[in-house]
Amino acid sequence: MPEVLLAEYQIKRLEVLNEKGEADPELLPDLSEAQMWRLYELMLLARIFDERAVALQREGRIGTYPPIRGQEAAQVGSAFALTQKDWLFPSFREMGAHLTLGYPIPQLLQYWGGDERAQKVPPELNIFPFCVAVGSQIPHAAGAALAARYRRDPVAVVTYFGDGATSKGDFHEAMNLAGVFNLPLVFICQNNQWAISIPLKGQTASATLAQKAVAYGFEGVQVDGNDVFAVYRATRQAVEKARNGAGPTFIECLTYRMADHTTADDAGRYRSSEEVSFWAARDPILRLERFLEGRGLWSPEKREEVAAQATAIVDAGVAAMEASAPPAAGELFDEVLATLSPRQAGQRKVR
Amino acid sequence: MAQLNMVQAINQALSQEMARDDRVLLLGEDVGRDGGVFRVTEGLLERFGRERVLDTPLCESGIMGAAIGMAAYGLRPVLEIQFLGFTYSAFEQLFAHAARLRSRSRGRYSCPLVVRTPYGGGIKAPELHEESTEALFCQIPGLKVVVPSGPYVAKGLLLAALRDPDPVLFLEPTRLYRLLREEVPEEEYLVELGRARVARPGSSVTVVAWGSMLERVLKAVEGYDAEVLDLLTLNPFDSEAIIKSVQKTGRLVIVHEAAKTCGFGAEIAATVAEEAILHLRAPILRVTAPDVPVPLAKLIDHYLPDGQQIRSALDQVLQY
Ligand SMILES: Cc1ncc(C[n+]2csc(CCOP(=O)(O)OP(=O)(O)O)c2C)c(N)n1
Ligand SMILES: [Mg+2]
Repeated sequence: MPEVLLAEYQIKRLEVLNEKGEADPELLPDLSEAQMWRLYELMLLARIFDERAVALQREGRIGTYPPIRGQEAAQVGSAFALTQKDWLFPSFREMGAHLTLGYPIPQLLQYWGGDERAQKVPPELNIFPFCVAVGSQIPHAAGAALAARYRRDPVAVVTYFGDGATSKGDFHEAMNLAGVFNLPLVFICQNNQWAISIPLKGQTASATLAQKAVAYGFEGVQVDGNDVFAVYRATRQAVEKARNGAGPTFIECLTYRMADHTTADDAGRYRSSEEVSFWAARDPILRLERFLEGRGLWSPEKREEVAAQATAIVDAGVAAMEASAPPAAGELFDEVLATLSPRQAGQRKVR
Repeated sequence: MAQLNMVQAINQALSQEMARDDRVLLLGEDVGRDGGVFRVTEGLLERFGRERVLDTPLCESGIMGAAIGMAAYGLRPVLEIQFLGFTYSAFEQLFAHAARLRSRSRGRYSCPLVVRTPYGGGIKAPELHEESTEALFCQIPGLKVVVPSGPYVAKGLLLAALRDPDPVLFLEPTRLYRLLREEVPEEEYLVELGRARVARPGSSVTVVAWGSMLERVLKAVEGYDAEVLDLLTLNPFDSEAIIKSVQKTGRLVIVHEAAKTCGFGAEIAATVAEEAILHLRAPILRVTAPDVPVPLAKLIDHYLPDGQQIRSALDQVLQY
C-alpha cells in the first residue's frame, strides 16, 4: 500500500506595519485616530514605567525587576483588545498589559519592591497574581475558560507566557485541554527569543511556536510582535472567537527582550551586542511613531508631551508606592487561610 | 590553601569529579553558557564541552526524568534546578521514579544522580526563590538529602554525593553562597554522608541546625555553653550524634528556617523523645519560621528565625 498524506499544515504570520511604519490598508485594524494615539500613549507609558523601575532597582528602592523593554507592542497591543471583564492569567513580565488594563502603578512597583500586599488585584479587574513558576499559570486559564463557558459569561480568558514556558508540561497540558474542550481561551506567547541565557533554538526545534497549536487541534498564528496593529488585530479576532464559543487560539508574538533577563542578570555574557542593536532598530515604539508621523499625528514635540505626561503618572506612582507604610510582621499571616489554625494564631500573637 | 566561597568550592568539586570520571554530566537551565544563575557551573562548559554540560530547555520534570534515564544507563548526571521552588513540578519524577527505581526494579537498575539546587531565604529574591521545604523531600524513602553549611563541607559532601550509588538532593543555601570564605584544600576529600559535625563543643544545651541557620546559630550562642551540631545530611540523619550530645547536655533546641509544622525539627524531636527522653532536663524547643508561605523581601526578616529567638529558646531551656 502507498503511504498516504494525512495532514498538511500552514502557519501564517501577520504583519500590518512594516519597519518604515507603513501600514497595509487591508489589514489595518479598525481603530479611530484617538485609539491609535491611545496605543502610543500606553506604549510610551510602559517604556517610561519600565525605565523607572530599572532605575529604582539600581537605587535599591525596589528589588529584582524583569524589564519589558522591546515588548511594549506585544503587551499593549494585546491587552488593548481586552475589557476589564475578561480574565487574564499573566506570567511576571507583562506589566505593559497591566498598565493597559489600568492596574494601579503604585501596586506594580510595590510588588517588585517585595510587598505581597500588591498582589491584591483591584475588584474591577480579573487578573491573577503574577506567576513566577514559569508556565504554571497556563492551566488555570483553561479552568477559568471552562468555568466562564459553564456560566454562559461572554468573557474571554487570556493567558500570557514566554517562549521558555512552551517547554513546560503545564503549557502542553493546558493546550491539550483547550483543544479537547474547545475552550474560550487565548494563549498569548511573548516570544522574546530568550529564556534567560537560552535562545529560542535551545528551547525548541520547531520552526515557529505557533505551529504547536496545530498538534492540539486548533489555530496558531505568528504575529510581528513589534507591530502593535498586528498584535491588536490578531488578539481581537481571537477574543471575539472565544466570546462566540468558537474555541481557542494560540498567538505567538515574535518580539525581542531588549534588556537583561532581570536586573540581576547580565545578558552580555550570552548574546551579542549586534543582535541587540539589530532589534533596537526595530523598536516597536519607533515603528508606531513613523506610522503616526505619516498620518500627520506625530512630531518630536508631541513625543515630549506624551512622555512628560507619562513621567508625571509614573512619578506619582513612585511617590504613592514610597508613601505606603511597610508591612507589619502580622501581615505574614494575613489571608494564609480564611481562618488561621490555633497554632498559626498563636504564632501571630508573639510577633 | 585557597580561601574559597561556597560557589567556588562547589565549582571545584564538580570540575574535579568531571575530570576524574567521564560518567559525570551536568544538565540544567542556564548551566552552560551562562555558568548558572549563581555562576556555580562557570567555566565548566568551556572546560568539558557541550556533550558534558547541557543547557536544557525550561522543563524541570523533563530534566529530572531524563537524568533518571541517564543514571540507569550508567552515567552520573548532576542536574541543577534553578531554585528549590522549581523542583515542585519535577516532584513526581523524583518521588515516583528516582527514589524508587532501585526498589521497583529489585536492584536491576539504580539511580545515582545528584540534584543540586539553591535553597533557603534571606536573599531578597522574588517569590518561590527562597523556599526551604527540605522536609518534603526527607519523607521520600530512597532519596538522600544533604545540606552544606559552608565551603569546606560543601566540597567534600558534594564529592561524596557524586560517588553515592543512590539519588541525592543537594541543597545549597543561597544566602551562604558568597557570605563565607574558608580554606578549601585543592586535593579531593570526602565528607561522609549521614554524619553530623560538632560545629562548636559545649555542655549545657545541644543546638541542632543545618544550612544557613548554622551561621546564625553560631553567632547567637556566643556566651552560652552550647554544643552546636551541624547536621549536614538530613536523610539519613545522624541520630546517634544528636543522642550522644543530648545525653551530655540534657537539653535540645532545634533551629530551622522552614515552617514549624512537620518541619524536619519534628523528626529530630520525636527521635530524641523515643530514644533519650530520660536524659532530658527540659522540653525540646524548636525555633522555626511560622506556618505561613515564605514571604517576599519586605517580610522575610520577620519570617526567618533570628538570633533573639534562638537566645530566648536557649534561656528557656536553661532556666527550666
Ligand atoms: C518553573 C521555573 N523554572 C525556572 C525558573 C527560573 N526562570 C525564571 S524566568 C526564566 C526564563 C523564562 O523564559 P520565558 O518563558 O521565555 O519568559 P521571559 O523571561 O523571556 O519573559 C527562568 C528559567 C522559573 N521561574 N520557573
Ligand atoms: Mg522569553
